[in-house]
This record gives sequence, C-alpha cells and structure tokens, in this order.
Amino acid sequence: MSALAGAVAAPATRGITGLLLYATLAAAAVAAALLAPLDAYMLHILVQTATFSIAVFGLTVVLGLCGQINLAQAAFFGFGAYAVGLGTTDLHLNFWVSLALGMGLALLMGAFLGMATLRLGGHYLAMVTISFQQIVTLIMVNWIPVTHGPDGVSRILRPALFESQRAFLGLCVVMLALVGYAVWRLPQTRLGRAMRAVRDNELAAGVAGINVYRVKVAAFALSAVLGGIGGGLFAGGFAYVSPDQFSFAESIVFMTMSLLGGVASPIGAVIGTGLLIVLPESLRFLKSVPGLYLAIYGLAIILIIRYMPDGIWGFVQQSLRRWRPPALTSAPAIELMLAPAEGNTGMALEVTGLAKHFGGLKAVDDVSFSVRRGGVHALIGPNGSGKTTTLNVLSGLYTATAGRIVLGGRELTSLPPHARTAAGLGRTFQNIRLFRSMTALENVVIGAERPGNPIAAGHGALVERARAALAFVGLAGREQELVSSFSYGHQRLIEIARTLAGNPSLLLLDEPAAGLNSSEKLALRDLLKRIAAKGLTILIIDHDMTLVTEVAEHITVLNFGRRIADGIAAEVLRQPDVITAYLGTEPDAPARA
Amino acid sequence: MDLALQLFFTGLGIGAVYALVALGFVLIFRATNVVNFAQGEFSMVAAFLMVVFAVDLHWPYGWAFLAALAGMALLGVIFNLGVYYPLRNRSFLPVIIATIGASIFLANSVLALYGPQPQVLPGWFETPGLQIGPVYLDSQYLLIMAVTLVLVGFNYWLFEHTLLGKKLQATSQDKEMAALLGIPVATMIMLTFVYSALLGGIAGILVAPILFVSIQMGSTIALKAFAATIIGGFGDVTGAIIGGLALGVIETFGAAYVSVPYKDGFAFLVLVAFLVFRPQGIFGERVAEKA
Repeated sequence: MSALAGAVAAPATRGITGLLLYATLAAAAVAAALLAPLDAYMLHILVQTATFSIAVFGLTVVLGLCGQINLAQAAFFGFGAYAVGLGTTDLHLNFWVSLALGMGLALLMGAFLGMATLRLGGHYLAMVTISFQQIVTLIMVNWIPVTHGPDGVSRILRPALFESQRAFLGLCVVMLALVGYAVWRLPQTRLGRAMRAVRDNELAAGVAGINVYRVKVAAFALSAVLGGIGGGLFAGGFAYVSPDQFSFAESIVFMTMSLLGGVASPIGAVIGTGLLIVLPESLRFLKSVPGLYLAIYGLAIILIIRYMPDGIWGFVQQSLRRWRPPALTSAPAIELMLAPAEGNTGMALEVTGLAKHFGGLKAVDDVSFSVRRGGVHALIGPNGSGKTTTLNVLSGLYTATAGRIVLGGRELTSLPPHARTAAGLGRTFQNIRLFRSMTALENVVIGAERPGNPIAAGHGALVERARAALAFVGLAGREQELVSSFSYGHQRLIEIARTLAGNPSLLLLDEPAAGLNSSEKLALRDLLKRIAAKGLTILIIDHDMTLVTEVAEHITVLNFGRRIADGIAAEVLRQPDVITAYLGTEPDAPARA
Repeated sequence: MDLALQLFFTGLGIGAVYALVALGFVLIFRATNVVNFAQGEFSMVAAFLMVVFAVDLHWPYGWAFLAALAGMALLGVIFNLGVYYPLRNRSFLPVIIATIGASIFLANSVLALYGPQPQVLPGWFETPGLQIGPVYLDSQYLLIMAVTLVLVGFNYWLFEHTLLGKKLQATSQDKEMAALLGIPVATMIMLTFVYSALLGGIAGILVAPILFVSIQMGSTIALKAFAATIIGGFGDVTGAIIGGLALGVIETFGAAYVSVPYKDGFAFLVLVAFLVFRPQGIFGERVAEKA
C-alpha cells in the first residue's frame, strides 16, 4: 500500500514544489517591476514585453501544443485593445468591464473561425486566418463612426489603483505570471494532453477517444482569448491604439516571437517576445528603411524552422536534459484489470450488410459477421480483400456506404471515431500510430482517459491504470522514456497498452504481427492469450496463419471485398473456397465458379 | 443590364488572374502536398521585374517580359532549394510556416529595395480597347482572358499528352514509387516550382497594368486565388479555374452594388460560406487519410 501511495504522491509533490518555485519567481518579478530603478523608456519596453508575451502565449497553446496555425493573433490582440480603447473613452465603461468585453469578443470570433475551418486541413486555417486578419484591418480603418478609422483611439484610461505607469507594469507582470502559469501547466491537464495528442497524430487521437475537432476549436478559441487579454492591457499601457498596430505584419511578428523563443513553452514565448522587442529597439537603423526589419523576420522564420525548430528555449532544454538524472522507476505496478462489458451472453459486435465503395471500387461489399462475447475472432483474407477497410469502417475512419454496426446492442454506424471509442471500441494500427513527442506513460494515460472508461477519478488513478497496462504488456520500468526510443516491436506493445488502458469492450487489432521477428511474434501470441484469458473480446486481422490458428476460435474470410467463409476456425480453414483464395488452384484443377 | 454585362466582363478578366495564380497553387499542392503561401509574391515580384526592365531600363516590352520570366524561373529554383527542399521530409506545418516566412521576406525585401510608392506599368497594347454594342472590352482584360485560355490549354496538353507531364503527375501521386521507376523526383519537384513561379509571374505581369504594382498586390492576389481553389474544390485544376472566374465576377458585382472599401472582403465571405456549407467545393472531393 505504501508503495502505491509513494508512486501516486511523487508527481503531486513535484507539482507543489514547482508551484512554490514559480510563485517565488513571479513574486520576485512583480517586486522588481514595482521597485527596481527603471526610467520611463524601460517601463515602456517592459509593459510592451509583458502584454505581447500574453498574446504570444496564445500561439504557444494553439501552435505549440495543438499544432494549428493562427495568423490572426494581431486581430485578436486588436479586439482586446479596441474594446478597452473604445470602452473606457466613448462608452465610459470601467476598464475591467471593457477588458472582459474584449476577451468575450475575441473568444466569440476565435470560436467562430475555428468552428468554420478546423474540420479541414491546416492550410485552410492558415489562409482563413490571414483573410480574417485583413478583414479586421479593413473594418478598423473604414468603420470610422465606431473605430475612429486611421486616427485610432486616444486618451485610453487605466483601472483605478493602477494609473501610474509603474503600477500598471506591476499589474501586467501579475497577469503575465497568472496566464503563464496556466499555460505552463496546461500540457499536464487532460485538455493539454488531448491537444498534444492531436498535434502528434490526429487519427490516433480520434481513435483514442479524443474529440479532435472540439479540442482544436478549444485551442484556437483559447489562443484568441489570450490575444484579447494581451491587447486590452496593451491599450491601457499605451493609452493610444490605431489600426496599423494590429495589422497582418504584427501577426507575423507574434509568430516570429513564438518560433524564435520556442513554440512549445511559455518560457520560450517570453524569451522570443523580449528579444524581438529589445533587438529592434537597439537596431533602430533597421526601421529607417521600410520593410527591412520585416524582411529579416521573414528570413529568420525560414532559418529557425530549418535549423532550430524548437526555438531558443527548446535548444536550452535539450542541453539541460543531458544533465538531468534519469527518471526514477517508482513502485511496481498493480495488476491490470480488464472489465468486460456486463452480461456474458450475446454478441459483442454484430456487423450486417456492411459495404464501403470508393467510386466504382467495392472495397467491402455486403459483409456480415458476428463476434461472440469473450472470444477471439479473426478476419482474414488475401491482400486487397478488404480487411483493413472493414476495420477502418468499424472504427469510424471511413463512413460505411451501407450496412449496420452494432456494438454490445448499441448502433455505431454513423458515429465519429471518438464516439465509437467512448462506446467501448478500442483499436491498434497496422502502421503504428503513437504520439511521438510523448513518453510511453503519457501515451497510455491518454488511452486510460477514454470517455466511458470505468476507473476511479483523479490523476493518480489514471497513472496507476496506465502503469498497470504497460506492465501487462511487459514494459514496466520504462514508463518515462520517449516512445521514439523504443524498438518497433515495443512500440506496437505500447499501442496495445494504450488501448487496453481504456478498458474497451472490444479490441480491434490491425495486423499486430506485421514487421515483428519470430520471438516477438511468440511474445505477442502469449500476450493475446493473456488478454483473452481476462475475458476481453478480440477481433484480429493478420496474415500470420500460425498466429491466427493458435489464438482465434472463429474466423471470417474475405476475398475481393466479400465474405467467402465464416465459422469455427478449424472448419473454415478446410473449406475449398478458402484454400483457393489463399493458395490458388492447381493449373490442372477445374476452376471454381 | 448594360452595366451588368460590363461588370461581368470586367469580373471575368480579374477572375482570370485569380485562376492563373490558383492554378499555380494547385500544381504545387499536388506535387508536394504543401500549400505555397508565397505564390502571390511570385506575381508581385514578376510585376516589379517588369517595372524595372520595361519602365526603368526602357527595354522593349517583349524583351522585358522574357527577362522577367527568366527571373521568375530562377526564383522558382531558389525557392525550391532554399525553402521547400530542405524541409521536404518534415510534416506539413513547418513547410507552411517556411513558405509564409518566404512570403514575408519577398514582399518586404521588395519594399526595402523599391520603397512604398506604388508603380505604374503600362499595358501591352497601345489601343485602349473595343466597343462591342453596349460593352466596352478593355484590351488588357482581353489579353488576360486570351492568355489564360492558352495557358489552361497548354497545362492540359502538358499533363495529359506529354511524357514530362506524366512524370510530373507520377511524382505528385507517389514520390517513392516514381523514384523506383527511375523518375528524377527532385528534378520534377524543381520543375513544378519553376512552372508554378512562371504561372504566378505571368498572372502578375498581366494584372499589373490594371492594379498598381505594389508590395500588397501579392498577398491580395494570393488570398483571392486561395479562396478560388476552395470554391472550386481543393486540389482540382478545373475547380481552381472556375473558382477564380466566379470569384472575380462576385467581387466586381459586390464592389459595384454593395461597397467599394470592403471589396476585398467579399472573397472572405464567399470563402467562409463555402467552408461552412460546402467545404469540398464545387468539384472537389475530400480524400480521407489512410489508416
């Protein structure tokens, strides 16, 4: 028991030490902002750095964590700035009310843009955000009765108690510290893990039960809100805003700041922002030639992407990592419990008349079969017979042209992948799909977070569950290693562990033996037997007939997209149709109709 | 009615420019699976090269045109080697960001070299145009439409009826297989960039006498062309052309009947409407990623 408590407590204490350290540093920064001898020019630079950094945090979330582009951050920054500008002057509103309005506007526009675009590929998002940025600039310049047009808004007020530039800098640093803490901790939360999963492998994220679209929209909207906060504070800090401060060029500046410092971390965001505010100030001659400094930014973006993709902070982190002691392997994992769905009779999966056509090609055509609860069922057939297509239709990556899919009495046919996973479907991929920037444990924790997984609440229970799954597949003690450092065979095991941790009611395995050597295949066979012994239903596709005959009780055979046999394993393999499809006919044997 | 006809004609002319740039987008997208965000800058750079050769250096228009095209071919080579090729094995996100960087770099380098003042490029013909019934056909618009028609025909011939076109297609569909068949994949990708830079360049040179030659023209044209590819169906050549023409017409009518200052906003509205209601575009089909 004490071992278990130790394993759970370790990350928690680390979290508290981290929080204390962070709070101390933040307090020191605020004290420095309030007390250090700074002239007006330095105050000005620091307010700008703090407010820009908050907007760049938005890019840390959307680009760094979630892998989605936002080229309109200056527009969202502008929403916050104009809300505070117009709110405190024309509308005579309180600063905080105006700021909240700006955040609300940014959230609304961000969510709308995200919802309209994020179902599609990344290049749509890039172009749509550029267009949106241009539209916002057009409106700022042309809607003169409201925005004051090119003249901008002046005499913007600051909140009570923070009227002096010095006090306002203190406020900005406090906000920076608060938002920075949230962004720093985000990757370790459920939403943050989901964002990283989406960034690393969208398809696998969906199949692990993550609503990819909703996570992307959340990241984009969050990024917009952070832009709004930064902009609102910026307007307070400078008392004057005009459209050219929120143009496309500024969005590019934000992007360069984020990439230069390191897109994956809020520390990188502050480093990049600070550098790109201080450097141009000290290289003023660059600004004397219009376009020159932006041309340099453009070139810098190309060079950073090519030579330093993780930015300055990423580079520093990598150098530090070499000196850090390897993570301790904590207490032994508990036994993995697999809770098969209630009721031991009936069918786990019923597939009726399933079809998938690609244009004229009938990849799967009128296929029906049932998978008995608690059994191991194999789907076999020669190359191109439609096995993997069937699996993709079952897990929702393809929509069925016709037919029904019923899992434990629940119809899945028209559900998206993540909803099928929530209903109890778990699958692995033939070409392994792991979240490559994460550790083995993090990968499996995402599996354990499957909506509908009946385990205790709390992070401790999740981690226990994930460690149990890793131990079950034989990878105990290597939880903290990055998945990219595992061998091909072990990566496959991690993928199986990720699915098992989610406690599915049906496990779909897509050619798990592909690419494994003979000893790995034996280990896989034993693993499948151990999984089956725990009562979990398995549907397996594989070419390895030794493996299939050793583990499967039932076999369905496909050829040219149609079912040609179905039944008890030994009987199916004796059928002449099946032998013909697999081995071909003797040249002199009469061909079957 | 006469006005509507006149607007329709003008819209088709400007739409033909969008179509040409959109074609460049689609070709690069099909060859590399990457959207080149600097495609619009190709048009802008070509227009400035024309200003340098034809206006500043007083070269004959035809020679200036050829020299500008040679410059564009060179730019295509440099772009491929400097921006795309080093990142070809990375995911699409870094490549997109790099092309955005390139776009910023090109636009602002020209700004730094040439200053913010918009330049004027005269049209190819001295004659202003023809009056046919109620419609006045401007010679430059006629030229744009004729050249677009010829280039679309050439494009069809190149890709469907020549061995080079087949090789380019093979490269865009499956690079590894193409390489195994002995197709020089790197050269094919290089050629795609050169061809695409030439298409973008010709579009820029054709539209320059109608618009001013400014550093903003690249991003404006690129956004419209991108909207055109989405309206037509992403990755589809016919769709890009139809989408470009449609967008030109919609925008011209919008500017005439709704609002001039927000002229550039109509493309965005049409784009968002398509994204929400018909994201696969008029012709296109969304292709699912293979598991």
